[in-house]
Amino acid sequence: MKSPDPITLLKDRFGGEAIVQPEFRGETGVYLPRTRIAEACRLLKTEGGFDMLTDLSGVDFPGETPRFEVHYLLYSFSCGRRLRLVTGVPEEDPHVDSVSGIWATANWHEREAFDMFGLCFDGHPDLRRILMWDGYPHHPLRKDFPVAGLPSDLPVTAEDAGSVEAAPMAGGPFVATSGTTRATRREPLACDTAAERDRLVRDPHRKEEI
Amino acid sequence: MSPLTQNSYDPKGEGAHVMVTRVDAAVNWIRKNSCWPQPMGLACCAIELMAAGASRFDISRFGAEVMRFSPRQSDCMIVAGTCTYKMAGVVKRVWDQMPAPKWCIAMGACASTGGMYRSYSVVQGVDHFLPVDVYVSGCPPRPEALLEGFMAIQRKIEHSKGFTALKDPAGALLDDEATKGPIIIRGE
Amino acid sequence: MADSDRMIINLGPQHPSTHGVLRVVLELDGEEITRVSPDIGFLHRGDEKIAENMTYQQFLPYTDRLDYLAPLANNVTYAYAVEKLLGIEVPPRCHVIRVICCELSRIASHLLGLGSYAMDVGAMTVFLYCMREREKVMDLFEILSGARFTSSFIRIGGLANDLTPDFVPGVRAFLQDLPAAVAEIDGLLSRNRIFVERTRDIGVLSKEDAIDLGVTGPTLRASGVDWDLRKAHPYSAYAGFDFEVPRGSVGDCYDRFLVRMEEVRQSQRIVEQALDRLPDGPWHVEDGKVFLPPKADVLTKMEPLIHQFMLITEGINAPAGEIYFSAENPKGELGFLIVSKGGGVPHRLKIRAPSFVNLQALPTLAVGHMLSDMTAILGSLDFVMGECDR
Repeated sequence: MKSPDPITLLKDRFGGEAIVQPEFRGETGVYLPRTRIAEACRLLKTEGGFDMLTDLSGVDFPGETPRFEVHYLLYSFSCGRRLRLVTGVPEEDPHVDSVSGIWATANWHEREAFDMFGLCFDGHPDLRRILMWDGYPHHPLRKDFPVAGLPSDLPVTAEDAGSVEAAPMAGGPFVATSGTTRATRREPLACDTAAERDRLVRDPHRKEEI
Repeated sequence: MSPLTQNSYDPKGEGAHVMVTRVDAAVNWIRKNSCWPQPMGLACCAIELMAAGASRFDISRFGAEVMRFSPRQSDCMIVAGTCTYKMAGVVKRVWDQMPAPKWCIAMGACASTGGMYRSYSVVQGVDHFLPVDVYVSGCPPRPEALLEGFMAIQRKIEHSKGFTALKDPAGALLDDEATKGPIIIRGE
Repeated sequence: MADSDRMIINLGPQHPSTHGVLRVVLELDGEEITRVSPDIGFLHRGDEKIAENMTYQQFLPYTDRLDYLAPLANNVTYAYAVEKLLGIEVPPRCHVIRVICCELSRIASHLLGLGSYAMDVGAMTVFLYCMREREKVMDLFEILSGARFTSSFIRIGGLANDLTPDFVPGVRAFLQDLPAAVAEIDGLLSRNRIFVERTRDIGVLSKEDAIDLGVTGPTLRASGVDWDLRKAHPYSAYAGFDFEVPRGSVGDCYDRFLVRMEEVRQSQRIVEQALDRLPDGPWHVEDGKVFLPPKADVLTKMEPLIHQFMLITEGINAPAGEIYFSAENPKGELGFLIVSKGGGVPHRLKIRAPSFVNLQALPTLAVGHMLSDMTAILGSLDFVMGECDR
């Protein structure tokens, strides 16, 4: 049973809203607005033959608009075909429709995206943290959160006094920035103080030399 | 032989074979040769811990006959693996349930200092909340290194105050310069 | 009224049969499980955040510790993912050696999976037999790389080293003993009345549920779906090897056990073929911008010195773009989604962990069974928390 070409399917339904990304290393991606993404997923599952959601992931692009992206990796057993759908989620309104009603596996993936990025999936049956504990106040994979962590309270299961501390860095590991071509920026640098970290993380393209 | 034991056993003599020793030494000898580990296997080190318990490395020939997951039945907690903040409360609670005398081995780099995970969710060493007796380095330490760490615990027990410790559990151990303080075993 | 009859029990995170730090909150009606709620994250170490702060080759040792029962397999998948991003192809010898590493890891992982599964269900002897065989694989890895467990033997663009002369005879000797060992396990368990009673028709996962839940690996194949990435989308040198993909029919715990045991036999076939046709030639790409040049050259010539410096300090200069690469790991489909904005550090590295996805099937499997079946179901899923929580 051959399913129709997914790009054609999406273009027919969404027209100009479905933007096909340039092919890279043999992979196709389609960008859709966040108001249409759930509909696109349902269409691709029912008519496109994409019966499995391999992965659902959030990505943070600080400084860009929209700030977050959600990437959906779909797979069709019958055609042996992979497809990537991408949607943008703005920082000021981090909501996107949940696809957990379409593929059951999206349940935990969306909980992880919520936990790590703070993205809210509308219609999710049980949107709570999955990897960090319930009262954790930060979203770790956001780019403005340092890898060493920030102080917070311990989970409620810990009875003794104590708190979550930031891991000591003391000159390492180095925090590097991606996506720059200037050698001084590309080279990994020690990031001991919050000020240095802020400067590197928030604005990697700042002209100021270190 | 522990310095607390006097030996009046004469292999060439006749009559009863008798050893005279102090109760402390006898209790220590019993304790060190039947020290049951509590395998707090958290991550990859747990696999090498299982290998240490399996037939080739055989931790039971050191007296650690069974790995007792129940804290009430165990003597030595081997924290094997990365301890996250989410897990720390659980580890502490299990440690608190272990009856004294109890010892702790921090197996591997992650349990000792957080290892290569210098991140927001990892406790940088279980000694932040547990009194560690022996640190075994390595990522993961070889089972032989864990056994060396276990033998270090046995040496500690051997030189401790034994029976007298019942009256003063806090000051029980660290009788001897050789076993004072945390012991560090190179485990690679 | 009915709620007061329900009991809520906490299984784990410290428990002999949870295979790592997994907490399962069970709601029971007497002995019958009515609701299952897994609580994960007790081993969340921040791998993905760490990956955004180091170069591609620096992240390689972290991939060892994902599925820590088969460290080399994770290394290979990660290396292929980065190589896909870079658009480079390693030489044939490297492909075949990586296949050998993956398959030996698969054998080791399944042996431990079967052994600990049997131990959970009550057969302690099988665990010791499996560990005995696994120790032989550890010895082989030690001959290969110097480290018996998390060896990080693979590099982007090649391997850490070529094979030593002892390795191939060592593997052949191991493969001679392996069928007898698997037959021993088979004889002890497959028609063992107690084992079959505890695993047959327990934890049934239907084909449709398996696909809907995104389950991959032996668990998916036990449910009847004939899908193995090594056959469906061959990577590395798998296209040239002759092997079968075992498939179950019922999707119960017993099927999952049988599938894993048969996979050990098939992995043996692959390794034998790989050893027979191991090609000569280079074991890494010759590109100085990807693979570290030999030390002798670095110390004597200018260009290798510069390449070494750039690779170590800035990493491999990857192009901007996004890729996803996945491989058939012992636990299922391990995938790496890499979003690169150029440079030596990834912008986002998402690890599609098979254990994370497979564990989500737990409520579907366990509800309706008795509490004592829980350990059998957990063991049959064969997940690893290091991978699940990352």
